[in-house]
Amino acid sequence: MKTRITAATLAALAAGPAAAQGIDETVNQIFANSTGWFVSLIFSNFPGTTFPWIVGWLVVAATVFTLYFGFIQVRAFGHALALVRGDYSDPNDAGEVSHFQALTTALSGTVGLGNIAGVAVAIGIGGPGATFWMILAGLLGMASKFTECTLGVKYRNEYADGTVSGGPMYYMVKGFAERGLPGGKILAVLFAIFCILGSFGGGNMFQANQAHAQISNVVGAYPGWITGVVMAIIVFLVIVGGLKSIARVTEKVVPFMAAIYVGTALIIIVMNYDMIGTAFSQIFVGAFTNDGVVGGMIGALIQGFRRAAFSNEAGVGSAAIAHSAVRTKEPATEGFVSLLEPFIDTVVICTMTALVIIITSQLISDPATGLFVLNEAGTQIQTVTGNSGVALTSDAFSSAFGWFRYILVVAVVLFAFSTMISWSYYGLKAWTFLFGEGQTKELVFKVIFCLFVVIGASAGLDPVIDFSDAAIFAMAVVNIIALYLLMPIVKAEMNSYLARLKSGQIRKYD
Amino acid sequence: MSRKIVVGFDGSDASVRALDFAITRAQAQGDNILIAHVLEWSPYSFLTAAEVEERHRRRKEELQRAEVAILTPMVKRVEDAGIPCATTLRYGHIAETLCRIAKDEGAAMIFIGRMGDSGFASRIFGSVAATLAQVAPVPVVIVP
Repeated sequence: MKTRITAATLAALAAGPAAAQGIDETVNQIFANSTGWFVSLIFSNFPGTTFPWIVGWLVVAATVFTLYFGFIQVRAFGHALALVRGDYSDPNDAGEVSHFQALTTALSGTVGLGNIAGVAVAIGIGGPGATFWMILAGLLGMASKFTECTLGVKYRNEYADGTVSGGPMYYMVKGFAERGLPGGKILAVLFAIFCILGSFGGGNMFQANQAHAQISNVVGAYPGWITGVVMAIIVFLVIVGGLKSIARVTEKVVPFMAAIYVGTALIIIVMNYDMIGTAFSQIFVGAFTNDGVVGGMIGALIQGFRRAAFSNEAGVGSAAIAHSAVRTKEPATEGFVSLLEPFIDTVVICTMTALVIIITSQLISDPATGLFVLNEAGTQIQTVTGNSGVALTSDAFSSAFGWFRYILVVAVVLFAFSTMISWSYYGLKAWTFLFGEGQTKELVFKVIFCLFVVIGASAGLDPVIDFSDAAIFAMAVVNIIALYLLMPIVKAEMNSYLARLKSGQIRKYD
Repeated sequence: MSRKIVVGFDGSDASVRALDFAITRAQAQGDNILIAHVLEWSPYSFLTAAEVEERHRRRKEELQRAEVAILTPMVKRVEDAGIPCATTLRYGHIAETLCRIAKDEGAAMIFIGRMGDSGFASRIFGSVAATLAQVAPVPVVIVP
């Protein structure tokens, strides 16, 4: 009896995956075909070069904001920490959202797979040198975040019932009107469309995809749509069913997972302290010379900038949506607080991942020439285990602590989940901006959002990651135009605030 | 001279007992009473984006509910006993906030009720009564 059941079960299991893999492949094919044009548009190169214009767009913007606001990320760093500590919070406002909560809520939307999988992708293609460009992009991106979040708070809509709606759509419409500029509405609509696409892409499919990759890396291969359906149901319960308990548990566990992740990375780095010098020299040398990676030095730069932008979302406009819901009398304070996000996300957490991958020698280089060895297709550096993406990060961490892969599965799934919840909110705000608020309209968005979870987990990595990037970068195209046009307003806010801070008009509470 | 007594009040049976005991003491000594209702709140908890958006509205609702359901009837109870009464409504860590109120108001004493939990949870997390007994700036009366 017992053997018969086992045999039958085995037969069913053998038949199941074959049919299911078919579904996965079909989804993958349809997906790649239907999004290809959008991806190539966003990632087309400057004529005659291999440099995608969108990467230049983001870096130039971050540099312009850094110079225009006089290195605000350096000047206001200490004050930002004081704000988060609550030094400047009026005790009578207790019970309102604190700066700390605003920061962590926005971070939970960005700290996620970009920090674990995205970094591995960048290093797998661009080599250790990509890390240097990633850190630089993170530091410059702090100024972009400052600009967009200050505007987000300044031009939000406040409703009679005490709720607020804000974000780039609102500063585009209201800020442009205030300055007498045309085209605010058009930009706002474009932004909202891209934001909805971004919430399906990077904020959703990429997360589901990498969560599945990590689970199947540990428990063995199985069809992606199974992960997709399970995650979709949980996301559905939270965002449609209002099952706040799940969200609340995630929100509490995620910071601990982040701490465990960074802590373990630090331990691995300290254990291999003799490698730290080599790792940094690889990072610096790789950043400025051709060490055999795909596309040479420019390849490293592109990968670094691209993954940094995807991870910390500076200039994308998503954080402006999250921060604008915070009650504060001073828009500049949210700007200051938000500039910590690219720092924590990219300069700290992403660098940890990169160092662990480099220090544990996951990338194969030719001992004779010292150059990295590419795979047969020439698209990636060969790795010890042949893995890429989140699996590469997992290999790196597990090479020091075998059990860490299990922790990483939990971390990846939780990060993926909290990022999805955050992005479902951003997407919903864009959706209601376009179609108006209303229960049915909101439900339609939420159901579509859940469907994309399934697609994301089923589709292969390349089409998903490309579409994720394309959608999120398209948001940045529109958002940064608005930031350029509105940056004098931010400067006025910033100068007025800093002057009052200096004169003692804005004071610490004790 | 009339002193001010702070009564930590959360609507529980224990806090009603504390208030009633405070009323008898105030009657005997000619004191007045400040009913302090503290809503547990930490600025370091984690919220989802949707919760952030609703927070201001929720706060208004919570304050209003506390005012109507808890403070107003208790003020009547104290004033009916012929004692001058004021209220304060705050957010924060309960024991810390009660201490702050006592200090700010120049109170002579704090009265609180005790839940009487001897269980596992209060051993680990501590109770408001135990914390207050340790850190309060003025004498604390813990009413069982």
